[in-house]
Amino acid sequence: MESIKVPSFWERKSTKEIITKIILYIIILAGAFIFMIPFFWMLSTALKGQEEAFQIPPQWIPNPVHWENFSIGWNTLPFWLYLKNTVIIIALSLVGQLLSASLVAFGFSRLQFTGRDILFFIMLSTMMIPYQVTMIPTYILFRYLGWIDTFKPLIVPNYLGGGAFSIFLLRQFFLTIPLEMDDAARIDGCSNFNIYLRIILPLAKPALGTVAIFSFMGHWNDFMGPLIYINSMDKRTVALGLAAFQAETAFRSSAWNLIMAVAFLLMLPCLIIFFFAQRQFIQGVVITGVKG
Amino acid sequence: MRINKKKLLSNIEGYLFISPWLLGVLIFTVGPIIASLYLSLTNYDIINPPSFIGFSNFKVLFFEDPLFWQALKVTTLYTLGSVPLQLIFGFLIALLMNQKLKGMSVFRTIYYLPAVVSGVAVSVLWKWIFMPDVGIINILLSKIGINGPRWLGDPAWVLPALIIMSLWGVGGGMVIYLAGLQGIPTELYEAAELDGAGKWAKFRAVTIPMMSPVIFFNLIMGVIGSFQTFTQAYIMTSGGPQNASLFYILYLYQRAFQELRMGYASALAWVLFLIILVCTVIIFKTSASWVYYEGSRGR
Repeated sequence: MESIKVPSFWERKSTKEIITKIILYIIILAGAFIFMIPFFWMLSTALKGQEEAFQIPPQWIPNPVHWENFSIGWNTLPFWLYLKNTVIIIALSLVGQLLSASLVAFGFSRLQFTGRDILFFIMLSTMMIPYQVTMIPTYILFRYLGWIDTFKPLIVPNYLGGGAFSIFLLRQFFLTIPLEMDDAARIDGCSNFNIYLRIILPLAKPALGTVAIFSFMGHWNDFMGPLIYINSMDKRTVALGLAAFQAETAFRSSAWNLIMAVAFLLMLPCLIIFFFAQRQFIQGVVITGVKG
Repeated sequence: MRINKKKLLSNIEGYLFISPWLLGVLIFTVGPIIASLYLSLTNYDIINPPSFIGFSNFKVLFFEDPLFWQALKVTTLYTLGSVPLQLIFGFLIALLMNQKLKGMSVFRTIYYLPAVVSGVAVSVLWKWIFMPDVGIINILLSKIGINGPRWLGDPAWVLPALIIMSLWGVGGGMVIYLAGLQGIPTELYEAAELDGAGKWAKFRAVTIPMMSPVIFFNLIMGVIGSFQTFTQAYIMTSGGPQNASLFYILYLYQRAFQELRMGYASALAWVLFLIILVCTVIIFKTSASWVYYEGSRGR
């Protein structure tokens, strides 16, 4: 009848159906192949010698395999130090974000107070204001406080709300916890803060995990924040380090194999976290996207 | 007047719980927006105190600064190119992934994977991919007899290159569409079938309307995200060649933090704020005619 490919699972199997399936598989496979090429290409370059990296036609499978590129690239600049800096920033930010976002989300989802819904709406609207709009006065404020070239501008704001995204995600999750649990605890003389601490937080572990993952990704990949606030070389984050490494190496020696090796190492934590926490990951995206 | 003591207490408690956000939004959103409005009316190099100069920053911006218009043009073109393509590709892939075929979860992971990585590492990777002579894109193109452009080195091709790169991350939108597709009740399709609807009719009358809020969300977030483009431009092109990839935020960054023209950059920031506001309002207004909300779930 028609040949447009739309969800067809409610149909009976037929020869036409099988042919459609085969065509679908071919399209999906081809697409998946194209999506993977950049990853293959990065890894392949990362494992080549410098001359082979520029060889045409290229070898897809490096021979010989230069495993040492990873350690050479990583140690050309003090990436262990950058990693330490990044981990400090992420760990301290994470604590602030989880604490403050869950407190605020508790207020927005389980307490009644005047102006709550308006404030919640305002909070959602702030999601649409790009960070760069408020960047300059914020920078001036931090400069006035003497915080430039410290980690503080990258950490402290996380303790004040933890971001509209985290609050929204946690609130949506808190709403799914039955209110009867609060009521029961209240009859037992539990204060709201204790309900938050002893009932809601333990139940919300999966959602807190989701927030933690997104927080990690955000800070790991953040470039503009560190770029603006960090000046000293020994305070660089890994993202700043890679940017500097790329700029210097591409200019001086064109050692793209080493650049790709370091870039791959910096993607690795995100990929690993994704593989281990796929469910939390997808849920986070979905909650904010569909239920918003 | 009698004050309801219990209500007062619960108000205080509520505000205590949300106080971290309240403080944060005052210090880091409301305050800076007002402050940057003031700064935009000044000349301020961060070392000497700001001096009030009225609207001359805006005058210069609109009438004497071709780079401002260039930055606006670049960002708009990129948005017009990347956002619709991302919406379409994300949706199409989600439709494919929604088929009940074997091994689909593996494919979902593969399509989503590029959306997991971002930032400098991705920019560096694509800079290498787009190399004119040794980059993989031109090598593959030459295999089918096409002499690839110089991509990042060609003013005409730098934006298409960055748009192609943005499509690699389309998995983020796909996942949202997929969840939306799976949330459509099967009864709606069955009802449509009873009315004699074919595949295409079902797609148009059920799938699209039911998905419109999700498309709407992805549209808004896509527009806002593309206006924030910075890292790619900074790492891959530095705004070149010939300012062909001078994104708005990159231009703002250069004025503010390389030339320390904080007043002028604040004017840029305010114009950006207004542009995003206008865009969002327009999208919201027009959404009434195409976004469908189920009665009970309406916002």
